Order: sequence, then C-alpha cells, then structure tokens
Amino acid sequence: MNVNVTVNGARRSAEAEPRTLLVDFIRTTLGLTGTHIGCDTSSCGACTVLLDGRPVKSCTLLAAQADGRNLSTVEGLADGATLHPVQEAFHTEHGLQCGFCTPGMMMVAAALLEENPNPSEEEVRWAISGNICRCTGYMNIVKAIRRAAELGVEVHSEPVSAPAAGVA
Amino acid sequence: MAIAEQPALGGIGESVLRKEDARFIRGHGNYVDDIVLPRMLHMAILRSPYAHARIRSIDTAAAEALPGVVAVVTGALLEQHKLAWMPTLSGDTQAVLATDKVRFQGQEVACVVAESKYVAEDAVGLIDVDYEPLQAVVTPQQALSPDAPIIRTDKDATDNHIYHWEAGDKAATEAAFARAARVVSLSTFYPRCHPAPLETCGCVADLDPITGQATIYMTSQAPHAHRTLFALVAGLPEEKIRVISPDIGGGFGNKVPIYPGYVVATAASLLLGRPVKWIEDRTENLISTGFARDYHMTGELALDADNRFIGLRVSLLSDNGAFFSDAQPSKFRAGLFHIVTGSYDIPAAHIVADGAYTNKAPGGVAYRCSFRVTEASYLIERLVDTAAHELGVDSAALRMRNFIQPEAFPYRSATGFEYDSGDYPRAMRVALEALGYDDLRREQAEKRARGELMGIGVASFTEVVGAGKGRDYDIVGLRMFDSAELRVHPTGKAILKLGVRSQGQGHETTFAQIVAEELGIPAADVEVKEGDTDNTPYGLGTYASRSTPVGGAATAVISRKLRDKAKQIAAHLFEADAADIEFERGRFWVKGSPDQVKTIQEIAFAAYSNIPEGMEAGLEGVHYYDPPNMTFPFGTYLVVVEVDRGTGVVKVRRMVAVDDCGVRINPMIVEGQIHGGLTEGFGIAFMELITFDPEGNCIGSTFMDYLLPTAWETPRFETLATVTPSPHHPLGAKGVGESATVGSPAAYVNAVIDALAPHGVRNIDMPVTSDKVWAALRGAGVTE
Repeated sequence: MNVNVTVNGARRSAEAEPRTLLVDFIRTTLGLTGTHIGCDTSSCGACTVLLDGRPVKSCTLLAAQADGRNLSTVEGLADGATLHPVQEAFHTEHGLQCGFCTPGMMMVAAALLEENPNPSEEEVRWAISGNICRCTGYMNIVKAIRRAAELGVEVHSEPVSAPAAGVA
Repeated sequence: MAIAEQPALGGIGESVLRKEDARFIRGHGNYVDDIVLPRMLHMAILRSPYAHARIRSIDTAAAEALPGVVAVVTGALLEQHKLAWMPTLSGDTQAVLATDKVRFQGQEVACVVAESKYVAEDAVGLIDVDYEPLQAVVTPQQALSPDAPIIRTDKDATDNHIYHWEAGDKAATEAAFARAARVVSLSTFYPRCHPAPLETCGCVADLDPITGQATIYMTSQAPHAHRTLFALVAGLPEEKIRVISPDIGGGFGNKVPIYPGYVVATAASLLLGRPVKWIEDRTENLISTGFARDYHMTGELALDADNRFIGLRVSLLSDNGAFFSDAQPSKFRAGLFHIVTGSYDIPAAHIVADGAYTNKAPGGVAYRCSFRVTEASYLIERLVDTAAHELGVDSAALRMRNFIQPEAFPYRSATGFEYDSGDYPRAMRVALEALGYDDLRREQAEKRARGELMGIGVASFTEVVGAGKGRDYDIVGLRMFDSAELRVHPTGKAILKLGVRSQGQGHETTFAQIVAEELGIPAADVEVKEGDTDNTPYGLGTYASRSTPVGGAATAVISRKLRDKAKQIAAHLFEADAADIEFERGRFWVKGSPDQVKTIQEIAFAAYSNIPEGMEAGLEGVHYYDPPNMTFPFGTYLVVVEVDRGTGVVKVRRMVAVDDCGVRINPMIVEGQIHGGLTEGFGIAFMELITFDPEGNCIGSTFMDYLLPTAWETPRFETLATVTPSPHHPLGAKGVGESATVGSPAAYVNAVIDALAPHGVRNIDMPVTSDKVWAALRGAGVTE
C-alpha cells in the first residue's frame, strides 16, 4: 500500500506492506535513523515520535496508521543551525550519555513544553515516565527539560552560533 | 543564544560540555542498526523454547522455500566448517548453533538470512524442530545434587560442577573464629539480573570473498580483543579483519562477550558474499545474552569483645548457566570477589567458591561492575549491618571502628590486594553530615515509638577497578594493558586514538581534556577516535571501570612524552638547553625569560618545518600502559526509607552519595556516571529480576516484566565528593563508572532491613518488592 505522510514539514510518499511498523517505515523507508528501537513492547520509548504533535511509540503503530498525518522526528527538531531549546538544554545540562534514548526523550519533552511551558519537576518526571534511560538516572534530563522551559522564548527569537562542539 | 562559554583550555577538573552531544541531539548518532550497506541481507535467529531438550531433527525446507530467503543456517552446517562451538571468555566452550541438544531457553538453534528482516522473521517461524524435552535444572543447588541430569554431555562431564576456587588463609581464619567473642552470619542471594542497555546487541558482517577483507560492525566494548577472537575462532587472518564498534547505546558489561549471532552473521556473510545484519530484539537480549550475578552467598564475621572484626569467612555458589562464559580475567574463577573484606581492616579472611552449570542462559558478565566486585561489596556491607543489628550498635559507628585507617595505605588485604589509597572515615563523616544522620536517628526512634517503620541504610564500599597489571590479569591470555596514540598536526590540532571504547561515558571529551592538561592543546582541538581496529592502537576495551585508570594513564604518558619532545624543539627555537625550558598551559619559555614564549601550536609547526639536526620529524607517538596496580575507588552511601506497614511499599526519602574516585577529570561527567549507577543500583535493589519457573522458562523476558526504573520512581540523589588521589596513576584518577552500582544496592536494602530490624527481620533477598516486605512484616507479626 501507499503511505503518504508529512515528515518534519516535507511531504513523503512510499510503498509499505500493511504490516510494516511505523518505526521501520521511519528508519528504513524514510531513512531517518535518529528514531531508535529499544524494546518492541512500547515500554522504553526510544522510538517516540510526534504524530500530529502528540507523542506516540512508533514500534507499536503501523505505518498505515500514519497515512495522511503529520510526523515529527528528532531530525526536525532543530531549525537549520538553530537548536530547539530542548536540544540546547540536553547539551548544557548533560542530559544524555550514550544518546540512544535521547531522541525519544527530547520528542516527549518538546511535546510537553508545547502543552505546558512551565512544568514542575513532578510534571516533567510524569511526562517522561514512559521513556527509559539507562545512563543518566534522569536527574539531568529533568534539569534539562526545566532549563529548556526557561530558554523557550529567548531561543526562538535569537539566532544561534554554529552548532559545533560544546567546547568553544 | 549561544552555546555556553567554556574556559579556553578545557583541562582536568573542568566540567567541559560534551563534544559527542552534537550528533546525538540531532539524531545523527551512528549505531549499528543505522548502518546500511549495499546488497545487505538480514538475519534472524530461531531459539529454543525448551530449557533442556534433545534435538531429534530440524526441517528447514519450508523456510528455505519462502520467497526472499537466501539461506538457512543450522548447527550441522556450521559443524562442517568447524564453527558449531566457540570458546568462551572463561576457557569453556559454547554452542554457536545447537547440534546435540539445547541447554537453555532462548538458545540459538538455527538462523535465517533473507532479503528483509520481516521475511527472515517469517521464515524462522517455518523451521520445524523436533525436540525431546529433558528435565531442566534451574538452580545450582539442584544442579549439584547427585541425581541431577548432566547438562554438559558434550564434555563427557560426570556432574554439573564447574569450578572450585579459594582465596585467603584458611588456617588463620579458623584461628580467628576460634577466639571470636561473637560470630554473626548472613546468607543472601544476589539474584540474576541483566545489564539491559537500551540498545540491544547486533552486528553487520561484511566479508568480501575476493579480497578476503572482513569488516564487522558490532556492538563491542572491546573491539581489538574481539578481532583477535574472530581470528582465533573463525580462522580468519587477523590483518584482514576490521572490527568497527560504532556509537554504542549503552553497554554495562552486556557487550563484552562474543555472542553466537555475531559468529553466524560473519559465517553467513563469508559463505554468501554479501553483508549480513543481525540485530537482537529485546527478548533475545534478555533471555540469551550476558546476564549478571546469580550468586548464593553465606558470610560469617568474627568479632572480638570490642566489636572489632577479626575474621571473615565466605562460601558462595554461583549459577553460571549452561556454558561457563563469565567475562573475567582468566586466573580468577569468581572474578575479583576476594575484595570482599571491603573497607575494613580484617586480619584474616577465607573464601570458598564453587560454580555450577544450570539450564539457564550463560553470561556472568560484570553488569556495571569490575568482575564480581558488586556481589562482594553487597555481602560485606549487608553483613556489617547484620552485625550492627545483632550487637545493638549503630551501623555507622561500627564501620568507623573497623575502617582501614588513612595512614595504613598502601594496605595489604587478607586476600592479597594492595589498596592504593583511601580515607574512609572522611567519606563517612561527609556523608553523615550531609544527611543529618544524628537528627534522622532521633526521628527514627520517635517514629518507632509510634509504630512507624523508618530505616537508614549505610554502605561504605571499596571497589577494585582498572585491571591489569598485565602479569596478573588477562582476558583469554591478552594482558590487560591499554593504549593511546597521539598525533599533533602542523597547525597544532591533535588526534588521539584509543584502545578503549566509550558506550556513553564521554571519552571524546574527557580524554581530550587529559591532552589539554598535559600538552596545552585546547580540548576543543583534540579529536578522539575509538572503536575502529584499523585506526586505533590495540587495547583491551572499556569495562571494569578501566578506561580512565588504564587508557587515561596511557593518554597522560604519551602526552608527556610529546611534551618532552616539544621542549627539545622549543630549546632549538630559543637556542637554549632543553633542561632550561619551562612549560605551562601550552606555553614554553626559557627559565628566567617568561615574556618570550612559544606556543604548542608554534612548536607543532616547527616539528614539521624546523627541527634540530638529527631529530625525527613530527610530533606523535603511541604508549601502551601497563598499570603497576589496580585502583580502589570508595565511598559512603546513605539511604533513608519509609515503609508502609500495611502494604510493604518502600519509599526512598533520601539518598546521599559520597564518592571518592581520586582526581576528577570532568566533574560533570563523573556526577552523571554516579547518577546512572545509583539508578541501576536502585533498579537491582527493588525491581530488576531475571527468574525462571521450574521448567526453565525465563520470566523477565520483556521490559513488561523485567522492570527498569523510570523517572517516576527513581529517587533524587544528593551527590558529594572527597578526593584521595591514586598514588600510582599519572593523574591520580581511579575510575568511577561502576562505583554507584557496586555500592548502592546494599545501602538501599540495608535501609529497608533497618526499618524492619526491631521486628527481627535480618534479610530480604533482592529485588526488595513490596510483596516480599509485606510477607516479612506479616511473618514478624507486624501486620495482619
């Protein structure tokens, strides 16, 4: 069958078997490998993407279910060289180590901040409780998301310097 | 807004933001499953549904007939190529694909190679295996009973016993127990758990039948050692093998062994002349690859009349699964468990260890641990708390009384370790003060009077990490040195290549900081490369907290060697004597003339353009570092819990962690490592369990039943530091990646037991779930 989606603002159309999982469609068919597979049972959230702006676990949806809808993945988070505040804050607050859970975590965080621009620590912890991180112990992820909330406005209005390494 | 400003150098002690983040936060990491090669095939594995069964026959015809299937590989095919069995890291053999019988549920039986992973999975379902089920053995006690079925019939074994191993001095220990005023004992089980990195294991094997070049992209914590093993196992010429360990999504010990999937994918690629990708799903990861722990332990502590520890006796029985494949130095059958005397000055100790085969997955990996140090630390710290409860003394005070004193270092332990440095009383004092220990003990007393259950858990662990030295410690004969190769380019930028391999620890940043500190090249200008055996010097890899102790030392030494050469070049440029050249933060000058400087960048250019007569051009070198001893990180962890007497639900109220890992290269990264370890320790203490039913079916085979901590239940940590440098490490650093997983489970469990101790409860085996706590409360008559 043919699946039509808008991915990170661009229209894409591709053939998929009806049984194709959305995560495989994203990773293999669309070639967007920033979305990861961690568990196959929608327990870990490494595969989290936004479907019409809401976080979903793409390992337990079919590609067909995304037909005609809007998909956002980690690759679309930054605006060119301008990092999304969540990306910026994950970097400055050391919110990632191995990086495998990071795309899913950041997508959930971005959706949370759209809905609730100033979440409490409890609200952040609840929002990301469907996403497992094995490295950070969540302390710095929570800090990063709250920092991103603070950054929100200014980051959207100011250009960012070249997105090179953290050591300037 | 700009990226946060950094100090220009980024040397040791600075919380430099991570260089590796740039790709990960954009979704541009390159993990093994992201690798796509032209003409690549996909492999899926058929696994045994039985824990123990004879294979009568395997019918692959229907699978082979499925369109899109390229090949079906069985043990019989591998046998023709002498690949049906492979050696393990502990000198045993392991079936690559089962030929005679299956020995654990999830064992590899056959593989399908197909044009897509969906077709490969479909075909796996079409393979028909006729099994004759046999009685399963699921505990080591059962395994050693005289009537137990023999698991390793392939070895003509007459029982299921694997090894017997002893450490310490039996006679001296017996004598200590004979004169003891008091003996306290604890029997406890450290259950089977799993490192479960978020990325599972996998590989892409790409063998070119014409050139003979074998490129294997694999989730490997030890790419060089794995290349050598591939050469030895598969008979491939080592110079034609290139192992590339791309970005790794967490390891925690799970990615140290070689698994059958890697071997079959490599063999399939060789036979088919096309790249073959194999990626585990989560269930395969949990049921077949590197489990951890599974130690049944009994400890006895002898005390004199002044409550001083005078002897320690331990017996342990390990469950090693169907193949003895513990990832550990070859001379040590129970890893470094003999660190079990811990932080205490115990003059006599004796350990007796035995291992048994069972019908369970092999592995025995060090889940964020330096070879069974976690089990040892858990036992001694639980045993000391047991003693405090039995004697009716304060658990922190009992530790203070028995600590190895700061002036006693270097300290020779009763089991033969030479501890490099430590100040245990200081770490304890810092922790007690940060927690407000005395106030909390008063609160606890008031609550007890009201019938409320509050507990304070203490653990003062000592680890041993950073193996070798090479003479004593090896992996399958390869000495446990590690290496660093540093090249400074004419423009003064550098590339550093390492034998170790990060799995999230931030090597690209911290190792650049070491070069920055030692040579004065800003960390931003030092590119760190790892994981590609063609382009990095040989090393044993990253596990057992050895990257900083060994690879970090190699980096410091090679940086200093280049600094010495840079001084000679500076002397040439200044027309001075090299002995008169001073150096600081990348600047060289002649003693007495600090206003005339040459920068490391100028020296680097001169190394290629203006060198003294007779000097070799360039500014580069490689160093293989063989550590003179291991390092001994330590710390004190304190946990406060409240236990609901009606439901057994435990709430962690406080967690204070004081870690001393010597000099901290990047404090931000160190703290992140500790957060992660405290969380994995929390998971092990309260949630994580791989268990089996009497037929050997694995319970805990998905993340729906192998429970990992989420942000919701994970405690908030209060982390503090003391710094006691290692005297033998060039930077004074000790390694920190595993301290928190080693030290924290005992602190969490001690806190729960402390809450229940007035009611006579002395032990609850991990994971300490609310139903077990409730049962203990009920058994003690606390709740109905």
